[in-house]
Amino acid sequence: MFEALWGWPPPVLDPAGPYASSVTTLTWVLVAMAVVVTAIVVVALWVAVKGPPHLKSKLGGERTIWIGGIAFPGVVLTALLVWGLTLTASLSHDITGSEMRIRVTGEMWWFRVEYLDAAGNVILEDANEIHLPVGRPVVLELRSADVIHSFWVPHLSGKKDMIPGRTNLLRIQADRAGEFGGICAEYCGGPHALMGFAAIARPPAEWSQWMRSQRLAAAGPARGLADDPGRQLFMASGCGACHRVAGTLANGEAGPDLTRIGSRLTLGAGILPNNRGTLMGWIGGAQSIKPGNRMPGYSMLSPAELEQIAVWLEQQK
Amino acid sequence: MKGDSSLTTGPALRAILPALLLLVLGACKQPPDEVVTTQSSAEERGRVAIKQVGCGACHEIRGIDWPRGRAGPSLIGFDDKTPIAGELANTPAALAAFIRNAPAVVPGSTMPPMPVTEREARDIAAYLYSRQDD
Repeated sequence: MFEALWGWPPPVLDPAGPYASSVTTLTWVLVAMAVVVTAIVVVALWVAVKGPPHLKSKLGGERTIWIGGIAFPGVVLTALLVWGLTLTASLSHDITGSEMRIRVTGEMWWFRVEYLDAAGNVILEDANEIHLPVGRPVVLELRSADVIHSFWVPHLSGKKDMIPGRTNLLRIQADRAGEFGGICAEYCGGPHALMGFAAIARPPAEWSQWMRSQRLAAAGPARGLADDPGRQLFMASGCGACHRVAGTLANGEAGPDLTRIGSRLTLGAGILPNNRGTLMGWIGGAQSIKPGNRMPGYSMLSPAELEQIAVWLEQQK
Repeated sequence: MKGDSSLTTGPALRAILPALLLLVLGACKQPPDEVVTTQSSAEERGRVAIKQVGCGACHEIRGIDWPRGRAGPSLIGFDDKTPIAGELANTPAALAAFIRNAPAVVPGSTMPPMPVTEREARDIAAYLYSRQDD
């Protein structure tokens, strides 16, 4: 699925932020402990079966059981527990409310993204793409519009469920700039395996610049000339019933917001690279690419018409 | 007599054993070569490029399980189809040029220009030509 974009399976042991790296560290330490303990058990087994008699009798002695069977696991497991809880304590820190917030809603089968201001008002709508400033914690308000989904960017965080009627909070942070693939990690029906998104981390200044330009663009004047054939076709085909394009009459809420589709990395919720060819293929035959998704294939449009719509959509940035 | 016969059957059996073994092995049918492995690196690079640029969104392509879009013609058995887009000689060089900028090569073509480098286009052409149809 994301083979073309970020590699598959997602690199789960390549953390790019504090909330993923503590879990990765813990994982490696537990794996190392398991290797050491297994080695000790194998050596003890060898001694018990083939070892010299004086070692055998020592191995069967009460002293060995006190040390190897009770003291060793007791001390080691307690130490690991305390260390592990300390290491991952930041994962369950209270959310103060001063962090930047992004609301992500699981839909069948894509992710609705809304950037919130300090008062909790939506300042920017988007879909299937989350833009983050590097080095700053961001709190995600995870919700679901239909069934249980699960939000997961392996590079940046653990998984957290998106549950209907409930808001789950998840803090994530990227410590390096980059594009990280995310997926729905809980089976949610039909094309569940084709439900993904991109998390894009940029240096704070670049991110602020992006946010300003996006807000201006979304509030700006009408997009494209009214007599643009692509725009006319988009409106005439009824795309606006499900899709919103800020600055036009298209204001549908059922499908992903297309206001800045021209600058997105992916199409079809993280599954295809975004270029004119894939745009045309998606509009013309979304069902053959992602069977069961809620976008009908517009096979009644001629290839030339598909291209006109794609050209207009490419300009929406 | 008994000793003699065992002496003669021993070597005889040893002689026919390899033949028997071959017979048994020959009975095993080789698995069908469905997953075609491409030998040439250009073909393999072409396969990767096809995935990366998303040709499957519109075209059915052998060796690419997903996606298999239907907005464009199927490219299975591509090498049998001639000419490209109805008017272009079906050669790897022409195909590579078509992939890069179809409307410029075949005016009026509905395939859009694809964001690939010249080399990637050549690799993709190599891949598509490598798919011999059975």
